[in-house]
Amino acid sequence: MTAGESAPQQSDFIHIEGVTKSFGSFKAVDNVTLSISKGELFALLGGSGCGKTTLLRMLAGFETPTAGRIFIDGQDMAGVPAYERPVNMMFQSYALFPHMTVAKNVGYGLKHEDMTQVQREDRVREMLNLVQLSHLADRKPHQLSGGQRQRVALARSLAKLPKLLLLDEPLGALDKKLREHTQFEIANIQYKLGITFVVVTHDQEEAMTLASRIAVMDKGVIRQIGSPSDIYEHPNSRFVADFIGSANMVEAEVTKADGAGTEVLSPSLGHPILVASSGYTKGDKVTLAFRPEKVSISRKKPAAAKNVLKGTVQDFGYFGKDSLYRIKLPTGHVLSVNAVNAERAAAEQAVATWEDEVYLTIAPAAAMLFGAET
Amino acid sequence: MSGSAAGWFNRRGWRDLIIGSPYLWLVLFFLLPFVIVIVMSFAKTATQSPPFAFLPDWPFIRFETYHRLFTSSLYIRAGIISVYNAAVATLLCLLLGYPMALAITRAGKSLQRLLIMLVVLPFWTSFLLRVYAWIGLMGKNSWFNKAITAAYNTFVPAAWELPGIQMMNTNFAVVLVMVYSYLPFMVLPLYANLEKLDGTLNEAAMDLGSRRWEVFRDITLPLSIPGIIAGGLLVFIPAMGELIIPSLVGNAGDPMIGRVIQQEFGQNRDWPMASAVAVALLFMLVVPLMLYNHFEAKAQAGAH
Repeated sequence: MTAGESAPQQSDFIHIEGVTKSFGSFKAVDNVTLSISKGELFALLGGSGCGKTTLLRMLAGFETPTAGRIFIDGQDMAGVPAYERPVNMMFQSYALFPHMTVAKNVGYGLKHEDMTQVQREDRVREMLNLVQLSHLADRKPHQLSGGQRQRVALARSLAKLPKLLLLDEPLGALDKKLREHTQFEIANIQYKLGITFVVVTHDQEEAMTLASRIAVMDKGVIRQIGSPSDIYEHPNSRFVADFIGSANMVEAEVTKADGAGTEVLSPSLGHPILVASSGYTKGDKVTLAFRPEKVSISRKKPAAAKNVLKGTVQDFGYFGKDSLYRIKLPTGHVLSVNAVNAERAAAEQAVATWEDEVYLTIAPAAAMLFGAET
Repeated sequence: MSGSAAGWFNRRGWRDLIIGSPYLWLVLFFLLPFVIVIVMSFAKTATQSPPFAFLPDWPFIRFETYHRLFTSSLYIRAGIISVYNAAVATLLCLLLGYPMALAITRAGKSLQRLLIMLVVLPFWTSFLLRVYAWIGLMGKNSWFNKAITAAYNTFVPAAWELPGIQMMNTNFAVVLVMVYSYLPFMVLPLYANLEKLDGTLNEAAMDLGSRRWEVFRDITLPLSIPGIIAGGLLVFIPAMGELIIPSLVGNAGDPMIGRVIQQEFGQNRDWPMASAVAVALLFMLVVPLMLYNHFEAKAQAGAH
């Protein structure tokens, strides 16, 4: 099942049509239909065991779909072995050949290309320049740092200039600083070469900074496809809202639905909340969700009377650029609220401290409603 | 508590003793006997017990034994036949053992354990019994010999047909039984090596456009060289000095070194000559091994 996708057209560069992969009775990928256009940087995002890696391996040709078809650039990939596909892959473990130098690793795939020796050497040099490793061409993989190995793996997978590059957790083995640097580098290289990239990751931050479009997967099924901001700001289900970022979620019932919006009442919050979204009628059971950073917190009672909740600070954590507050409502329910520490002086930046009484305001546009979860 | 116990242990020199014990073992049971053998090889035979003596005058030692060793065709032939038989047996073990080891690594986990057990299983029967079994198989009246003969006769012109192939008491028999006996020593180190190889390397090579046999040639084979060398040494070294197999199934006219040593030591009571042959055998094995270690260490040092 796909969500939010119109019927795919023949012109789609990569077209996955009703693909299922079963291992015994377990369906790792369950009837996935998906289209990716040329030059796109697409991410498959999901937890472990959601089927994202299996889908990637079917694109590479290491697994055969149990049902369904895969087209790459209009060509049906059924029966095309991995070594004949216009697809290259960057492995999570990098899979560099330990007995070959960096240059030999990068040039390995070119042996099968119709090129002269000089052309091959030029291409290897070009790729090593691209990842800024020309000075290490004669090293063996075990003489390189983790970040350097990652770049060799990238250069090797790009050397044949594939139509499609698959990246399996490309930043998984790097430390935080290096990840931040490398993810922009990958996006840059993708832009420069115009090759279609499909990235598999379990890290939402990695998916959001790298990809122009993200497919969120769960239990072999695609739950939502959209741009990073689509998925974050307009999740289509409780699952996606919870998986991407964090959200306060309470069960509620619609008490009023008219042109001004939808009003819901949750026993956990105790006060009616006005929500901008529509599509629900009075009496519907819904889940009300709002992200911690979209709630404003103040010690003074706000002027607006709508959507204000009163509570006490139960706990808070200081993260430098912002702080996370845990606010206990009179009903006993605890909400998470983020506040940016815009001021430097300690007295001003601490919006509130333990046991303070505070007011929370939820903007009607920031609140999201989801129907009963499937 | 444990700290003071460790201190007592160290003060008493127990630690040194334990570290030193394998060296003590090597000195007592390898180096010392080897020195005795070397010394003996410079003596002359004598009608006494033990049957050797040193010259009465300076320099007390004689080199005639070594002179004979390097000039007599008996010893040179024995050396050449030993190297030839051991080399052929090692090569055949590699050709048979490599596909076996590779197939075992590709099998499922539980099947793998069973297959490894089957490789080791022959060791549960006496080695001598297994050689005698081969003697029975190679006789002209055995089903094995008859089957091979029939297969041979169908492929050769009528004039070359044989009533039965002479297998016993030939070099062929020696090599055949050595391959049979030493195959596990090739399979096990190869399996240990191949089993450790990262399967994603094969996928990476295939992803970059290599077919299965190219993946084997470019990735699996070069990465299994340490296993090939380990298995090769484990087969070649004992095969070189093999005594029982050539004695039981071999041809007395084409002796291997082990048999020559036994003859000199036993029937001929020429202990100096037996010692000299033993020393020569050791150098034939140790010198290539040392060269290999030297270049291996150099390659390692260059890589780091």
